[in-house]
Amino acid sequence: MNAQDVSKARAVLKKPSTSAPNIPRIMKQGKLTPWLYLLPALVLMSFFIVYPMITTIGLSFSNKDGTASAATTCRPDQTCWGVFENYHYALTSEFDFSSPGAFWTSFWKSSYGNNITWMILMTAGTVGIGLAFAVLADRVKYEALSKAIIFMPMAISFVGAGIIWKFVYDFGTQNVQIGLLNALVTAFGGDPVAWLSRPGINTFLLIVVGVWIWTGFCMTILAAALKSVPDEILEAARVDGATEWVTFWRITVPIIMPTILVVVTTMVINVLKLFDIVYVMTGGNFGTNVIANRMYTEMYKNFNIGRGTAVAVVLVVAIIPFIYYNVRRFLAQEAIR
Amino acid sequence: MNRDRINKLLSQVPIHFIIIFTILVWIVPTFGLLITSLRPSQDINSTGWWTVFTSQKAGGPYAQYCAACHGADGKALPAADLTDPNVIAKYPRSLQLLALLRKDINGQPHMGDISLPSAQEAADIASSLKSGGVTTPRFTISNYVDALVGYRGTRTYAEDCRDHTQATDIHCDISDMLNPRGMGRAFLNSLLVTIPATILPILFAAFAGYAFAWLDFRGRYLLFALLVGLQVVPLQMTLVPISRLYAQMGLNGTFLGVWLFHTGFGLPYAIYLMRNFLGALPNDLFEAAYIDGASHWTVFYRLVLPLAMPAIASLGIFQFLWVWNDLLVALVFLGGTTPVMTYQISNMVTSLGAGWHLLTAAAFLSMLLPMIVFFSLQRYFVRGMLAGAVKG
Repeated sequence: MNAQDVSKARAVLKKPSTSAPNIPRIMKQGKLTPWLYLLPALVLMSFFIVYPMITTIGLSFSNKDGTASAATTCRPDQTCWGVFENYHYALTSEFDFSSPGAFWTSFWKSSYGNNITWMILMTAGTVGIGLAFAVLADRVKYEALSKAIIFMPMAISFVGAGIIWKFVYDFGTQNVQIGLLNALVTAFGGDPVAWLSRPGINTFLLIVVGVWIWTGFCMTILAAALKSVPDEILEAARVDGATEWVTFWRITVPIIMPTILVVVTTMVINVLKLFDIVYVMTGGNFGTNVIANRMYTEMYKNFNIGRGTAVAVVLVVAIIPFIYYNVRRFLAQEAIR
Repeated sequence: MNRDRINKLLSQVPIHFIIIFTILVWIVPTFGLLITSLRPSQDINSTGWWTVFTSQKAGGPYAQYCAACHGADGKALPAADLTDPNVIAKYPRSLQLLALLRKDINGQPHMGDISLPSAQEAADIASSLKSGGVTTPRFTISNYVDALVGYRGTRTYAEDCRDHTQATDIHCDISDMLNPRGMGRAFLNSLLVTIPATILPILFAAFAGYAFAWLDFRGRYLLFALLVGLQVVPLQMTLVPISRLYAQMGLNGTFLGVWLFHTGFGLPYAIYLMRNFLGALPNDLFEAAYIDGASHWTVFYRLVLPLAMPAIASLGIFQFLWVWNDLLVALVFLGGTTPVMTYQISNMVTSLGAGWHLLTAAAFLSMLLPMIVFFSLQRYFVRGMLAGAVKG
């Protein structure tokens, strides 16, 4: 998106509604009619999204049960952020500030560090594998079947996927391995590993589950974009002697770049909100916690409304850039409609 | 040119290899779950699921070492009936069993000219004798029955009911399907949650989508831009105030509360999709209808709704899968009072520590309906996804 698109988008916003492009001039309507059609949706959305969002922000400045200011929860002998005390907790409690090295280590074990790992690896994994598979499957006869198989996990719940993979990662006894991964490891002469309770590696194994679920989504959207790349351009490049590799990186990828960006932002938002996989497979233990699970723990296990909502607000602040991007993209699309 | 064709074929080999390898990685974990859910529980914990295809000896070590004399059902020798619990109780582990097998019986070696089983095999024999079945079939559906009725004992539902040793909350009749701990009840609850929570948002989104696409009002664009932003608001942001409000209104743990919550949360995306679909319908159609004197309601009811069927189908699948597969909302608003399938399974994992035989069967039961919906209506699903994520 460039500056021109943005100015076009602004023009759309300012356009007087009487000259809306796609509405027949002939139609008659009262002033009230549109609002009657909108009423149920607007009421429900205000009640279930807008109102709670505002209340959540308010509650994040309050104490454990929402009855007094968060400043009252400060301990006299410790640093206090006043009404921002819950944010003090949400942002710093997982870190070890004793030395830069300790901070670095504790950061990558915290829910924030884990969320960043998730964000980078899961987005790269889903988009990378999805794109590669879409490109390759395009060249074989069993394209539809293979795509359906990659896409299938989208229909399964995260809970179901969690069980499927927990079984793959199962740590049996020294004699019998009923988990596929440990069976493979022992077949090659290694020792079985309690995968999910080993810090450092368990987050990566949970990310594998996420990639397994979401690759189909990325693949489907990218495959549709690939099909829309005009054949003439690709043919022209090939006639000029470009290899498949060069054609892909210099022609196909730039053309589908807008779609790739959409998929990447969608995935980043999904990853930030991710809760179920961690909840079912490790419960956030063994250094696998993520922000969304932390919010659930504070709220419904520790029953601390102030802290739980503060974590939720941190989550939404992390998502705001992507909300902004989504709205801007929409306005740009409206401008060229 | 034969050589060119061979070259082309050869250049295709790596592609086929990569694709088939990826497909295998994607399908094997699910396949393992399905196989495991169909195996007897003692088999699940003693051998990997992949051994069902390779193991030659049906019935395991028992058939190999004992069946020749004791018979396949363990009753061939009246003096040593292996189905008698009093006999079995003397040899609970491989140690006692091996000691017995080394002793002489009636002056002859116990095992005759058959070699002694290894410690692991003896343990398997002992455990299969203890669980009451000397010859366990390779596959069974008892895991599914146990999961459906919420059986939590050490044997199976069918065996307990046969011997009348069932727990107090099991009645051994059709009412067990509604046992609050079982997946049968959870399946029903999931349906009761999902169907209204799918229909309501689509209905309201069709109204609002029509207004956004074909009616003129102030703030139309601004409101719609706001809606685009609302699409990505995380669920977590709204849970706390709503559950506090529900507690005051007595809506916690009720279906109505969950229906409304899912409706409110599904609406931004549903309206977005509806408006884009309806907005792409031809202008002339609406002009003609208005010239003929049709009211907005007639146009909506007679023209828009039938034409919007593809979009409604896409949305329906989306919302259905979203609600059916949701855990967080069910966990917060329904919890254990009216457990849905995802809740029941997560509960089995986190607190009840149910065995793999129950977990795998329960997981597969919860996947059944989404799989059917997905494979029969895949076209609409993909179309809806593309409309929402790529096209504006």
